Amino acid sequence: MNSSILINALFIFMLAGFIGFEVIRRVSPLLHTPLMSLTNALDAIAVVGAIVLVGEHKSSLSVILGTIAVVAATSNIVGGFLITDRMLKMFKSSRPAAKS
Amino acid sequence: MNEFAGNQLPIEIIYLVASALFILSLKWMSSPTTARHGVWAGELGMLLAIAGTLLHHGIVDYKWIAIALVLGTIIGVPLGRVQMTAVPQRTALSHAFGALCVTLVGTAEFYLRTPEISRFMMAVLSMEVILGSLTFTGSLMAAGKLQEILPQRPLTYKGQNFVNFLLLVIAVALAVYLVLHPEARQLYPFMLLIALAFGVLLVIPIGGADMPTVISLLNAYAGLSAAAMGFVLNNKLLIVAGALDGSSGLILSVIMSKAMNRSFTNVLFGAFGQVQAAAAGAQEAKQVRSATAEEAAAILSAANKVVVVPGYGMAVAQAQHKVRELYDALSKRGVDVRFAIHPVAGRMPGHMNVLLAEADIPYDRLMDMEDINSDFPQTDVALVIGANDVTNPAARTDTTSPIYGMPILDVDKAHTVMVIKRGMSPGFAGIDNPLYYLDNTLMLFGDAKAFVGNIVRELTGGGGHG
Repeated sequence: MNSSILINALFIFMLAGFIGFEVIRRVSPLLHTPLMSLTNALDAIAVVGAIVLVGEHKSSLSVILGTIAVVAATSNIVGGFLITDRMLKMFKSSRPAAKS
Repeated sequence: MNEFAGNQLPIEIIYLVASALFILSLKWMSSPTTARHGVWAGELGMLLAIAGTLLHHGIVDYKWIAIALVLGTIIGVPLGRVQMTAVPQRTALSHAFGALCVTLVGTAEFYLRTPEISRFMMAVLSMEVILGSLTFTGSLMAAGKLQEILPQRPLTYKGQNFVNFLLLVIAVALAVYLVLHPEARQLYPFMLLIALAFGVLLVIPIGGADMPTVISLLNAYAGLSAAAMGFVLNNKLLIVAGALDGSSGLILSVIMSKAMNRSFTNVLFGAFGQVQAAAAGAQEAKQVRSATAEEAAAILSAANKVVVVPGYGMAVAQAQHKVRELYDALSKRGVDVRFAIHPVAGRMPGHMNVLLAEADIPYDRLMDMEDINSDFPQTDVALVIGANDVTNPAARTDTTSPIYGMPILDVDKAHTVMVIKRGMSPGFAGIDNPLYYLDNTLMLFGDAKAFVGNIVRELTGGGGHG
């Protein structure tokens, strides 16, 4: 990795960290549990790294480890989105919704 | 040459869109009215990213990818359908899975790339693997404690902090050696094992009541390890997702540590969970006043403003649905009922809100500590159900109390306080609660579910007018 790629990556990390702080600071404590299960599901985007690792088939070790990694991350994606949506469906307002 | 998906322009563009969707997803979580859009944005981003990755020209074999995606879905679906009381352990388990994925990919990359690896890359890779593996075992321990497979109480021994610190130092020292001498591949398994052991020992001394902080902190670690993986693979989407997850976990950790009156450094270095030595003061027989369900119902129906203070004890007694019936019965009589939620009520951040929402209590009745505390002096009845330490006025006044300084719900300022409790045993931290001996406090002794049920019966059956 040459240093310009590194600096680019650090910039992205720094900016995304600040965006994360600003966006998540605004999340109501009401929703902190679904927030955590949602970020958990998003974090499982690591699956793309594992998919390439398995697909490139560079060594049998990398295929074995990568396959387990894809299983673990996929279960987080599926389970995380499912439960977040289930939780959010439960949050109802007492005021009648502003619909026609 | 380690080429990665991110090097192909179409995939880069898909990842860019996915990153934007992830940020929007979290932005929409700010309010319950838009939150479900957030989930959809996240799902769309995820779908795009996975589909785009499958187009990567380096992929020559799809068989194992397909098998793994199917298997992961089969495991994931039941994990998405657990009961709401089990959400904390499910979350801990998914931190473990996420960290496992990162650790395994990091390990595979290590063996593919060494010894021709740049120092910087090796440093980031070590960070990825150390953070990933300690999060993996630490989260498994947390899940075990929450599921009550492992003892909830803290397991401590002398010199524990020293041993933990030593292990971390050894793991980091091995990492530094590998950065300087990446050809010493035989050292890698030791670094991995020590980090795994460190994760176990880090969480073992932590008690059940500290779990909200631990889960948040593990969340932050999981995010940071994923971001480190993004550096290793030069995958910008992964860096973004990891940074978002990491900052989310960090913010929640800070909120939780403030709510438990622990300094943030205290939390960061894993010194939380030390058993607070309760001052075994002389237990003089202080007088408490108690009331029956009938009396409680009469006081509640005469009130204008009632604030219910639920604690984890309410969930343990499975009393949420009875509490909902109480809310209905009182609302029908024109009583204004709200719920005061302490940040650490429950086993993870925000857990109590989910439990009450599941019982169909409207979310605009659920109030944060800051919003409700100023209202207690105008409150006729504060009804405490299964909460103890978070209502203890000693935290405000008694400098010798172990919980002195912890932000609490000022229920003692309400005109009447009613506390549903099994008996006079002290709470989690083993601290006596002066609230119970106040002149305006009535103790309602009994099981939370049965007692609330009795009050509801008095209110609905006994009344008969209207």
